[in-house]
Formats: sequence, C-alpha cells, structure tokens
Amino acid sequence: MAVRVMIPTPLRQYAGKQESVQIEAGTVGEALSGLTAQYADLRRHLYNDEGKIRSFVNVYLNDEDIRYLSKEQTPVKENDVLSIVPSIAGGAPSLNAVNRSILRCICS
Amino acid sequence: MLRLSVEQLDAIHRHASRDYPAECCGVLLGQDAGEVKHVTEVAPLANLRHDTARAQEFMPLEDPRRESERNRYLIDPREQLRVEKDARTRGLTVLGYYHSHPDHPPRPSEYDREHAWPWYSYLIVAVDHGIAGDSRSWVLSEDGSVFQLEQLDVTNVVSHAQVSRTGKPNPAQ
Repeated sequence: MAVRVMIPTPLRQYAGKQESVQIEAGTVGEALSGLTAQYADLRRHLYNDEGKIRSFVNVYLNDEDIRYLSKEQTPVKENDVLSIVPSIAGGAPSLNAVNRSILRCICS
Repeated sequence: MLRLSVEQLDAIHRHASRDYPAECCGVLLGQDAGEVKHVTEVAPLANLRHDTARAQEFMPLEDPRRESERNRYLIDPREQLRVEKDARTRGLTVLGYYHSHPDHPPRPSEYDREHAWPWYSYLIVAVDHGIAGDSRSWVLSEDGSVFQLEQLDVTNVVSHAQVSRTGKPNPAQ
C-alpha cells in the first residue's frame, strides 16, 4: 500500500528537496523506516540513538496523532497521508540560567 | 535573509506586548526564494504552555517551578498541522516561527537551541517591561551546535518603495 509522507520544510533538504514522498508500507513504523532507508540523512532527525522516534517529532496519520492510535504499529491504508510535524518550542533563559550567569558576573 | 514588511513586524510586536509577561509565538508564512525567505503572512498562535496539562503531554518541563509560559513557549502540533495544510493549499511555505523573550534580549537561549530545527527562521522579539523592541532572526547551524544571526530585511510595502533597513532591528515603536 502506498502512503504519502509529508516532509516539513526543515527536513526537505535531507529528502531530495521533496515536499512529500510515496512509500509502500503496512504500518506507520514501516513507512518511516522505508523513508529513512531511502533518505538516510533523515534518520538522525527522526530517530534517537535507541532507534525510537524522537520526542520532538510528532507524526500524524491523516488528522490523528499516532501517540493516540497504536503509535508505530498503527496500520496504514492506501492513500493515507502521514505528516511529520516538528515540535516548535523554546523560550528565554530560565531563572536558573540567569542566576548562574549573574553569579558568574559577581564571582569573576 | 528574512524579508518582511514593517506592518508584519508591527503585528508581531503588538502580539508580543499584548501577551507580556507571557511569551507569545506565531508562524511566518511565505515564499522561499533561495537566498531570501519572503514573508507574506504572519499568524499568531497560542502558547500551549498556558495549558499546562496538555503541554506536559508533549514536552514535559524539567523544572516547572522555574519554567512556565513566562519563559517557555510550545506550539500545539495540531495547530501546526492545520497551518501547514492551509499554507499548502494557498501555495505558501512555513518559513519559520516567531516568539518573544519577556525582559530578555532577543538572543536564543540554550533551551531555544536544543529545541530548534535547521533551516527555519526563528524570529525573537525582546519585550522590555511590556514594550516590544529589539527583534532578531536566527537560523540553526547545519550541525545544530549554534544559532547564526540571519539578516532581517524590513521593507515598507505601503509605499512599495522597498525601503530597506537591512540587518537592522525593527524601527522604533
């Protein structure tokens, strides 16, 4: 079964500059491993050192987060769309870091 | 280079001031023209850190006593998916995201770097006691080790004169 995997803009440079890639797969996990077999440079962005999907990577099957389905074991159907959604997070230095830098100033 | 209009930067600043002392966040949409990312739309998004329970599901904070919506932002991935789909149907690309640093300079923190993706522009607005000011755009280096300052080209689209303040922060509020 062919599913379409949508590649977010920061990762397109590692996927032949394509917006989406068609992959033959029976489950979400197979689709992602098929994708990274084809585009090896994507691997470090999608998986951690233990071979698990990184926590910063969200995967949606059509409109559902696979965390709330059967994760990587979720079966896929012909023409399903799998979207890789990178977590967007950040923020100002925490008070801890600020305190440390103030201490460094005071102490130096 | 990240190119956006005075009006778009003003809209981001108003959002940053309105949400002070919390951090605000939003998305930059437009066209990728290789050397230049041309922003055609900016859209405010909710900071999911206001919804502590749901935020913790996606990205737990290490130290909730020191971390909150005042120094952390997180975008709901469902919202991102919606934005991505909507942008695609209109021929637009997600070029990056903006967020504010309440009472901190517009420099990426270590936390910003740890959570950043390559290629995206990360526009940071400093908000000093509720007043948005200095704005800088940053792009993560290829190996993820450091943020690099990205040239910000603020254009005056009202007169179509493309008045450029290249490399300078925003105009005075």
